[in-house]
Amino acid sequence: MMTPQSEKELAGMIAGATGPLAVQGGGTRGFAGAGDVLCSAGLAGITLYEPGALTLVAGAGTPVTEIEAALAAEHQRLAFEPMDHRALLDTTGTPTIGGVMAANVSGPRRIAVGAARDFALGVRFVDGTGRIVKNGGRVMKNVTGYDLVKLMCGSFGTLGVLSEISMKVLPAPETEASLVIGTELAEQAVAALSRALGSPFEVTGAAFLPDRGAVVRIEGFETSVAYRLGALEGILSGFGEIERLNADASHALWRGVRDVQPFVGRAGDVWRVSVKPGDAPGIVAALPEGADYMLDWGGGLIWVLCAAGTDLRAKLAPFAGHATLVRADAGVRARLGVFQPEAPALAALTQGVRARFDPRGVLNGGGVKAA
Amino acid sequence: MEMPIPNPAVLARKDRVVARLLQVLPSDAVISDVAETRAYECDALTAYKCAPMVAVLPASTREVSDVLRICHEEGVPVVPRGSGTSLAGGALPTADCVILGVARMNDVIETDYANRIIRVQTGRTNLSVTGAVEEDGFFYAPDPSSQLACAIAGNIAMNSGGAHCLKYGVTTNNLMGVTLVQMDGTVVEIGGGYLDAGGLDLLGVICGSEGQLGVVTEATLRILHKPEGARPVLMGFDDNEVAGACVSDIIKAGVLPVAIEFMDRPCIEATEAFAGAGYPDCEALLIVEVEGSDAEIDDQLARIMEIARRHNPVELRESKSPEESARIWLGRKSAFGAMGQINDYMCLDGTIPVSSLPFVLRRIGEMSAEYGLRVGNVFHAGDGNMHPLILFDANKPGDLELCETFGAEVLKLCVEVGGCLTGEHGVGIEKRDLMHVQYNKDDLEAQMAVKDVFDPQWLLNPAKVFPLDASDARRRIEMAAQ
Ligand SMILES: Cc1cc2nc3c(=O)[nH]c(=O)nc-3n(C[C@H](O)[C@H](O)[C@H](O)COP(=O)(O)OP(=O)(O)OC[C@H]3O[C@@H](n4cnc5c(N)ncnc54)[C@H](O)[C@@H]3O)c2cc1C
Ligand SMILES: Cc1cc2nc3c(=O)[nH]c(=O)nc-3n(C[C@H](O)[C@H](O)[C@H](O)COP(=O)(O)OP(=O)(O)OC[C@H]3O[C@@H](n4cnc5c(N)ncnc54)[C@H](O)[C@@H]3O)c2cc1C
Repeated sequence: MMTPQSEKELAGMIAGATGPLAVQGGGTRGFAGAGDVLCSAGLAGITLYEPGALTLVAGAGTPVTEIEAALAAEHQRLAFEPMDHRALLDTTGTPTIGGVMAANVSGPRRIAVGAARDFALGVRFVDGTGRIVKNGGRVMKNVTGYDLVKLMCGSFGTLGVLSEISMKVLPAPETEASLVIGTELAEQAVAALSRALGSPFEVTGAAFLPDRGAVVRIEGFETSVAYRLGALEGILSGFGEIERLNADASHALWRGVRDVQPFVGRAGDVWRVSVKPGDAPGIVAALPEGADYMLDWGGGLIWVLCAAGTDLRAKLAPFAGHATLVRADAGVRARLGVFQPEAPALAALTQGVRARFDPRGVLNGGGVKAA
Repeated sequence: MEMPIPNPAVLARKDRVVARLLQVLPSDAVISDVAETRAYECDALTAYKCAPMVAVLPASTREVSDVLRICHEEGVPVVPRGSGTSLAGGALPTADCVILGVARMNDVIETDYANRIIRVQTGRTNLSVTGAVEEDGFFYAPDPSSQLACAIAGNIAMNSGGAHCLKYGVTTNNLMGVTLVQMDGTVVEIGGGYLDAGGLDLLGVICGSEGQLGVVTEATLRILHKPEGARPVLMGFDDNEVAGACVSDIIKAGVLPVAIEFMDRPCIEATEAFAGAGYPDCEALLIVEVEGSDAEIDDQLARIMEIARRHNPVELRESKSPEESARIWLGRKSAFGAMGQINDYMCLDGTIPVSSLPFVLRRIGEMSAEYGLRVGNVFHAGDGNMHPLILFDANKPGDLELCETFGAEVLKLCVEVGGCLTGEHGVGIEKRDLMHVQYNKDDLEAQMAVKDVFDPQWLLNPAKVFPLDASDARRRIEMAAQ
């Protein structure tokens, strides 16, 4: 394993690579790609944090927990609520901010505030030729040149290895609370969530746990949360029995949604299906026999647990959205592909960009292959 | 401002190009008469003008694709155009180009409240997107001051922001999908009604690419329910530095206003003379707006005013009614107009870390004295996006050049303190040759590599964004082929 201690060293290692490199942060994603492991854990540390400007800059290898602790001390947080995959994937390791950005890992609050990519203000990275590149900066508004920050977020280490990330952070709310609406069917649940999300009450979480019901979260100042809960009860009462969850219960429940707790420790493959929220009930109805599911993002994110080796994409096709294979053994991943194949014109652009940033195809074996 | 020399081979083919365009477009959609093409000679950066060779106004994605395919085959550069309100010269033509205007494409294709999205053709103006949904209580959040005129097309190309982006984000945070036509006519669908588009985030790089990667013909935008209400508080301080510290304290306290606007003395005085909004006589003024129910607004404003009181404001005026809110916003909204009354002005758009605000304002004041040109500052303080307005006299020889040099110095200062050249207006031609101040050769190469993939011949808006010397070899690819 190569663990560079500086960006310059990282650049040298990539430039000098003679074979494929498996880019890794904390390795919590559970499987290494082919080739020598190139680990960014050595590029760690918070280099700047200005709470009054809502900005933080850190090395890509910085553990997410270290960033969260620094923010908590100033009553701030990473608002996009990155999930911790370790329990679901049964892996160990220390999640890094580089891994989070490279995979655009975003939790339940995404529907209200945006994804990891929306909070990334600037990046430094080394591309597949060993060239050091910076893009964006550390200010909240920046349209100077192309936005390669977004391009790097969600590129799964296939365009370059991140060395530094600057991000926007937000104040942590004074408190939170949730409502559980006793709906049994996905269709009712999505309708209730849609009603809540289409209200002025700024719902920051909207999920459906089939054993529990539809859940909506409110965060903010104490008085405001109380007021909004009441207002939401008013508009949601027609959808089912309503139960209130206090701050602690609410926090625990959303941690579980974030980390896909209902599937932890259960056998089978885990898929993540991204659709228009209103399409979720139809998708759920088309799931193979024996599959289990839960909904987040108002229905826009469907987590599916199904028998190992099931080709879920084929079962759902054609559908508007995409399905990612999050947990499966190597054979299934190789056969089905982790990511949804793209339409030809789009795939050509993606391949073109990869070929420019990593012409030798050394980073993560030229990409996490689609089916 | 240097622009590339028009390609004589392209100019010589004008008749053939026009004839081919007329085969795919109705005759009133092809403008080739020299007098008529002048309507497209500039955008809102009016100091620079150049009529295009031809202007076309397609009415569908299909027509856009046909136009681009023809221009691609003929090797003709294309400059996309929305409403022409760019302040950076993004839509400025070259004499050998086809201006492709999307103004005729302004339909709403779908409104979907259950999924909180709207799909529109991109020629639609920003304000009329909200107009299509507001009766049902919804709105489209990004709100550039030019929203009455500017099109979604230009908003996407410039990744435009607005006064309320502190809370709602800029265009890129509210854009879910596009139909993009590439220079060779290929139509690509990217993203849509779902949150995660698979694969690389190409949508993220298309937004803000200033019309250089493709022509965006349709867009899926996120819409939100309107807040129950909104009200501002106005505060005056006798020192810029104190106002800056107050902004930072408000943010640290965990209140997240929708807008924090800042005006300095020259700007306050100009707007008072112009609009008579009744602003206090002071060095710095903040307008802080919050949203929610009446009681929630009262509560948040109380918290904000308590913080402000610790900074000894010379005035603290809380709005209690829509009329009072309108009065507080009146001066801010007329600030550009007020400065325009005094003189011609150039509006800068650099962004700085909020912590550098006092230092940067002091330096701009010193530079104003050195250059002998007055400056008013009005800007989005919550996110550090400055808009220094430098006053000059267009009729006085040398004044524009002096103003440009001064402006460039201010932008360099923004980069020096950790900020950037442009926060929301884009690079265009205006900041093109300053790009090397913020980015080195490798940084620019990485960006240009993306354009190489989307537009290998560099025919789309080629003379913008990148310093001409940096893009020179690429722009010659097509010339050499002819
Ligand atoms: C099959 C599979 C699919 C997944 N799909 C998704 C998904 O679609 N969305 C999602 O949110 N999460 C997804 N994840 C989870 C996600 O990868 C991890 O939760 C997260 O990245 C944790 O950080 P880490 O430091 O442990 O990263 P790692 O597990 O070490 O790496 C995660 C990814 O980021 C890359 N990477 C790590 N560090 C850097 C760096 N410095 N520069 C560049 N690239 C780097 C790696 O090559 C890898 O592709 C998936 C996991 C698996 C197993
Ligand atoms: C008084 C005034 C106030 C302003 N206030 C703000 C503000 O508050 N915030 C802000 O961000 N901006 C502001 N602007 C700047 C300007 O309005 C924005 O940049 C706007 O988004 C431009 O939109 P447009 O439709 O006029 O685009 P145009 O000026 O026509 O074009 C702008 C760019 O977009 C490209 N383009 C146009 N159509 C397409 C297409 N279909 N596909 C691909 N590329 C395309 C063009 O090539 C050009 O590079 C202001 C301008 C004025 C004059």
